[in-house]
Amino acid sequence: MTEESIIKVEHLYKKFGDFTANEDLCFEVKKGEIFGFLGANGAGKTTAMKILCGLWKPTSGSATIAGFDVYTQTNEIKKNIGYMSQRFSLYEDLTVSENIRLYGGIYGLTIREIRQKTDELLTKLDMQQARNTLIQSLPLGWRQKLAFCVAIVHNPPVVFLDEPTGGVDPVTRRQFWNLIYEAAHLGTTIFVTTHYMDEAEYCDRVSIMVEGRIEALDSPAALKSQFQAKNMNDVFLLLARKKTAPTIS
Amino acid sequence: MKSACANNLIMEPISIKVDHLEKHFEKVQALGDLSFEVSKGELFGVIGPDGAGKTTLFRILTSLLLASSGTATVEGLDVVKDYRKLRQILGYMPGRFSLYQDLTVEENLQFFATIFDTTITENYALIKDIYSQIEPFKTRRAGQLSGGMKQKLALSCAMIHKPVVLFLDEPTTGVDAVSRREFWDMLIHLKKSGMTIMVSTPYMDEAELCDRVALMQDGAIMQLDTPANIKASFNTPVIAVKSDSMYVLMNDLQSYPDIDTLFPFGEFLHYTAKSGAPDIEHMKTYLNNKGHANPVLMQVSPSIEDCFMRLMKHKEVRP
Repeated sequence: MTEESIIKVEHLYKKFGDFTANEDLCFEVKKGEIFGFLGANGAGKTTAMKILCGLWKPTSGSATIAGFDVYTQTNEIKKNIGYMSQRFSLYEDLTVSENIRLYGGIYGLTIREIRQKTDELLTKLDMQQARNTLIQSLPLGWRQKLAFCVAIVHNPPVVFLDEPTGGVDPVTRRQFWNLIYEAAHLGTTIFVTTHYMDEAEYCDRVSIMVEGRIEALDSPAALKSQFQAKNMNDVFLLLARKKTAPTIS
Repeated sequence: MKSACANNLIMEPISIKVDHLEKHFEKVQALGDLSFEVSKGELFGVIGPDGAGKTTLFRILTSLLLASSGTATVEGLDVVKDYRKLRQILGYMPGRFSLYQDLTVEENLQFFATIFDTTITENYALIKDIYSQIEPFKTRRAGQLSGGMKQKLALSCAMIHKPVVLFLDEPTTGVDAVSRREFWDMLIHLKKSGMTIMVSTPYMDEAELCDRVALMQDGAIMQLDTPANIKASFNTPVIAVKSDSMYVLMNDLQSYPDIDTLFPFGEFLHYTAKSGAPDIEHMKTYLNNKGHANPVLMQVSPSIEDCFMRLMKHKEVRP
């Protein structure tokens, strides 16, 4: 990790009518950092991610991704990021190699580069046998690992992962995080959301959003000591619960 | 080896009985020869990742899907022959949000009450604790609710006809940690009313909250017991290890001679020894020599997730 900031967000607001989805967000993410973007359902994570990916414009404030402005340079942003989500990542009715070819083509890789990348990825994931298998017949865990590698096929400075491991078995979930570590080690910035609080511990720094605002932002160790909690799950419950409706006991 | 607690449960009258159940979809085997029983009033968890066969099992038990072979009964009613009677006494909350998005909260509840020939007023007491939390929004369309609120409405709808057995298929998938905790508080509260509850989840930590759990993978039950017995059957010591650089630590421990498994668990790595007898002092020296200044090593109790991964270890599937 170096000191160069890949994501810079200053006083970012997003309003829908009189509803404030994002309120005064300020943070930076460094090159090669694994940044965990946590929050309860409806806290405003998806809105913020859409802005950072160049899909929505903020109401006010500023943000740059790899030096590109979210108001004026959204096309450059899209070329310089990778994205995968739990819900959609690969085309189910295309094969493994067809998906790699499609994404490689979209991101402007040459035929030669695509061919080379395909071999490289399939070797790394130990999936050579599955080259011509349709995505829909792959187990979810394999699909998600492949989707991650495809999302970074064009070596983007930053990749956005929206709940990439939901429903994935515990062994594959860890293999997935090994891929994340490896990419971060090679300098890719990782911006990830998850509902698994053990995964929050794997991040370099974590932000926790509550009702549109960032309530806490620090390394997992610092957050645990700040809130005198034994793990990130407790930190999360402490912060995110305090504003929700009282529960029955 | 069963604890006294598990034996008591087994002596209770049976609510759900599954006997050599199998399901194939063309060439794919979704469920392979499942047999188990769930006692009345039990909170029974089916724990496993996507593709384990949880939904297939739930759909067979709720009479929505026919098994390829084998039989199953719920409260003595056969899931094939007695499906009409069965549907009157069971509540089912499917994995995907199944409510009518363009009806309001109250209209959804009314709809389900009417189908079962009852009214909201008649069974209000049963759903009060849960429904009262979303009642302030009763004129809001279901499609506009947040994840946690949708869940509460779906659960209210599944219970409005006072079912004897409740089937909840992945009620907490995609739901944040706070809402998950609240949902389990509700289930534990409901269990006190004597209802039999069968619930599935991919979250291993939720297993701890069940009376008994079935750990499922690839259509098979790998182990079925109380969470305490499952953890007790983990027959090798688990050492939690931590140092300043976890990435380097992981690589260094991979090349430690006496290693069986090594998995990240939050801020620690969980290590088991091939010999079954880990030598913490020796490991410490090894890590010191590798340049880790102050590695932390301690023996910890295995979690259900440790157990699940150990059971999975020899079942690695290739596509």
